[in-house]
Amino acid sequence: MKLDAKIPEGLLAEKWTNHKFKINLVNPSNKRKYKVLIVGTGLAGASAAAALAELGYNVEAFSYHESPRRAHSIAAQGGINAAKNYPGDGDSIFRLFYDTIKGGDYRSREANVYRLAEVSNNIIDQCVAQGIPFAREYGGLLSNRSFGGAQVSRTFYARGQTGQQLLLGAYSALVRQMNTGKVNFHARTELQDIVVVDGQAKGIITRNLVTGKLESHAGDAVVMATGGYGNVFFLSTNAMASNGSAAWRAHKKGALFANPCFTQIHPTCIPVASGSQSKLTLMSESLRNDGRIWVPKKKGDDRAPGNIPEDERDYYLERLYPSFGNLVPRDVASRRAKEMCDMGHGVGATKLAVYLDFEDVIGRNGKNWVADKYGNLFDMYEEITGENPYKTPMRIYPAVHYTMGGLWVDYNLMSSIPGLYVMGEANFSDHGANRLGASALMQGLADGYFVIPYTIADYLSGNTGGFSDTSASEFIETEKGIQDNIQRMLSIKGSQTVDEIHKKLGLVMWENVGMARNKEGLKKAIIEIPKLRKEFWEDVNIPGSSNSMNTELEKAGRLADFLELGELMARDALEREESCGGHFREEFQTEENEAKRDDKNFTFVSAWEFKGVEKEPVVHKEDLVFENVKLTTRSYK
Amino acid sequence: MNVTLKVWRQSNSQSKGFFSIYNVSDVSEEMSFFEMLDMLNESLVEKGEEPIAFDHDCREGICGTCGVFINGRAHGPISGITTCQLHMRRFNNGDTIIIEPWRAKAFPVIKDLVVDRTSLDRVMMSGGYVSVNTGGTPDANAIPISKVNADEAMDAASCIGCGACVATCKNSSAMLFVSAKVSQYALLPQGMIEKKIRAQNMVDSMDEEGFGNCSNTYACEAECPKEISVSHIARMNREFFKASIS
Ligand SMILES: Cc1cc2nc3c(=O)[nH]c(=O)nc-3n(C[C@H](O)[C@H](O)[C@H](O)COP(=O)(O)OP(=O)(O)OC[C@H]3O[C@@H](n4cnc5c(N)ncnc54)[C@H](O)[C@@H]3O)c2cc1C
Ligand code: SF4
Ligand code: FES
Repeated sequence: MKLDAKIPEGLLAEKWTNHKFKINLVNPSNKRKYKVLIVGTGLAGASAAAALAELGYNVEAFSYHESPRRAHSIAAQGGINAAKNYPGDGDSIFRLFYDTIKGGDYRSREANVYRLAEVSNNIIDQCVAQGIPFAREYGGLLSNRSFGGAQVSRTFYARGQTGQQLLLGAYSALVRQMNTGKVNFHARTELQDIVVVDGQAKGIITRNLVTGKLESHAGDAVVMATGGYGNVFFLSTNAMASNGSAAWRAHKKGALFANPCFTQIHPTCIPVASGSQSKLTLMSESLRNDGRIWVPKKKGDDRAPGNIPEDERDYYLERLYPSFGNLVPRDVASRRAKEMCDMGHGVGATKLAVYLDFEDVIGRNGKNWVADKYGNLFDMYEEITGENPYKTPMRIYPAVHYTMGGLWVDYNLMSSIPGLYVMGEANFSDHGANRLGASALMQGLADGYFVIPYTIADYLSGNTGGFSDTSASEFIETEKGIQDNIQRMLSIKGSQTVDEIHKKLGLVMWENVGMARNKEGLKKAIIEIPKLRKEFWEDVNIPGSSNSMNTELEKAGRLADFLELGELMARDALEREESCGGHFREEFQTEENEAKRDDKNFTFVSAWEFKGVEKEPVVHKEDLVFENVKLTTRSYK
Repeated sequence: MNVTLKVWRQSNSQSKGFFSIYNVSDVSEEMSFFEMLDMLNESLVEKGEEPIAFDHDCREGICGTCGVFINGRAHGPISGITTCQLHMRRFNNGDTIIIEPWRAKAFPVIKDLVVDRTSLDRVMMSGGYVSVNTGGTPDANAIPISKVNADEAMDAASCIGCGACVATCKNSSAMLFVSAKVSQYALLPQGMIEKKIRAQNMVDSMDEEGFGNCSNTYACEAECPKEISVSHIARMNREFFKASIS
């Protein structure tokens, strides 16, 4: 299979403009002849649904949530990047592009990333026009802060609730279109599979989570914006219901899965406290602007943090990376925290934590200043841990947070199945091997508001539109397959709960496909995961029936897919014999324990083709070509 | 610690509900309230029984998906937090905890503790937006907005749409929810232009959906996990009043 990324010709800065001019359009009065099915209404899906409906397309939108105001996107705290250069500190589209490419450790496409940086400014304009109350300075202008991996302040924010405000903005645009009847929203409706007719994505099969009913929906294109798959690790910062099933089922229908092993481990999360823990909570990266990370110099030091004098503390990020200090990219900060704990400098009851200390900034600017900026995060921390971070430093530890990998898409965001588009965290496109903070929100909204409305027209214009035949055999067969699968799961009636098996999978993933990986561990995972899969299919216990709300059945369906996806992640990590970004292979590191890339052999995207559950997948390589940046070793010293 | 739960069980919107009693032992202080329920649910599944259905997602107090009555209080005994943020250290060994779904005409029960809040979406559809299309908007800094207004708009915009205000109100009014949205937009130049019609449409829609009227008891403010202020209701009454006479 030849992968064609369809990157437009011409100079980097002109590609997107030229492309928009060259691709085919659907004329305004014809748009109403087309129906687009959008699965997922997080930032990417909601913004796309609204924008496409405004243009005149008919949109059917689906979410397993009860409302489009709920999605994992809502939990994003820190902010959204844009190249506005309002602070006048030297930012530009090129710098945002450069930082993102470099932050991703040169494993993303130049053209995509440049376009992302280019439309970033439109996003902020759009959001302000929608009435999103971004933080402002006393003079009335928008306020910015800095995030990891950047030396300029380009992050816009709404207190610690940026994702919430952006999602509610997209939701407001969406409900406006729902009110006109241009968007029909299906709440509590989960995609089960996509339907491919004559090689093109023409529909989906869904399950109504309240009644259990399976339904067929036909359309002229399918757009998936179904989020990331971090919950394969069981414990992560993702919302409880976030899952990889939509992407995985499309993968099994022929969509290639790119860079599955690129996972982001976020450095500042509240550490695991007990075995019954159900999820991990992020403390926004923005805290690293003002908090200082340290561990006791003495191993196993049990003194309370306040009793450890200044000269017995190791501010290791400031020591190792004088120019970026506490604001090194996430992968670096995470790995260093793990290393400190592995060496015996960890703090707290489990010794799997480091301090994030605000004493200096409280002394400098006062408690009120800190409360104004981070109040809700401090409250959240206290509610969970029972400790007051104004008085004692926070304890933090890395946790799974984001998946850079996802379905392979070309420059138009179309997957390898014609007519199937993928946006937001569900695709692989813009973040390479490591995503910079505040860039996921930017990408989701860029894809939804400013990319897909153009690129989808190019495909639709080649179709007559109005496809509505759900009686086609492809729909009937796909639906039957789903029905059988559900009955098979329900009939097992074994002895383990879904979560019991999920926790086992999580442990295998965290230990072998987590923050640091090696050949031996990855090989072990490739043996262990199929065993767990077998356990699931022989021994899981799902009470209840398929024709009513059944939360265990929902979880089981998602776990069944994680049990396949996890194996692919391990395979991908095994094949990539280099360290880059969030993918750290212990065998490939510099003398200073930094990631050692192998540009000669690995400057490509791994796009995996599904061959059957117990069969080995096949990898296709998309070579990455760099014409505008020089590949250097990332240095944050 | 050990606790006794009295939990509302109801198979679907048509069937009659009832309280079931469960004893849960080995609950630790670090557990969240939902982790305690998870533990109970695991044991129910092991016995082949259906687990208690409850809505939740982010488990960090931001998505607005969760929400139950705990001993008669929306989101439980602690003010200013959602149910998912509640931790078991707030309870004592031997406590009996009564858990019920939101109860309001506009929020029919779907199953056990899960209710249907799509009525709130329909209220939003009637006017909870600024009428702008995508693209072609002015530069974000073209119109300065005072920090005071932006901050107050942000206070209002913090509403997570959980419905606790409705559930706790003796009239099942959604006034706090609606007024927070109306207020957010009324405070910003972008939203100001449509403020009257927005208030009117949203209040009309609220009536149609079966939410009650506001009789100023302010129970909503006391139970709102985001501490949305009733001053937004006053602002909305001003806007709405203006809308009805002009
Ligand atoms: C705690 C936290 C904080 C973060 N903070 C930031 C930040 O400060 N800045 C930043 O840039 N990024 C941040 N991120 C990352 C960012 O929030 C996400 O990557 C981004 O919001 C993903 O958006 P999305 O639209 O792609 O997917 P999501 O928001 O995950 O939405 C997925 C949608 O798909 C639907 N869906 C999924 N599967 C199905 C199915 N099978 N059937 C039907 N519907 C389905 C869901 O119902 C939902 O509507 C953060 C992430 C976390 C976990
Ligand atoms: S106003 Fe408060 S209680 Fe009501 S929906 Fe919003 S956050 Fe919930
Ligand atoms: S689960 Fe999201 S607010 Fe409680």
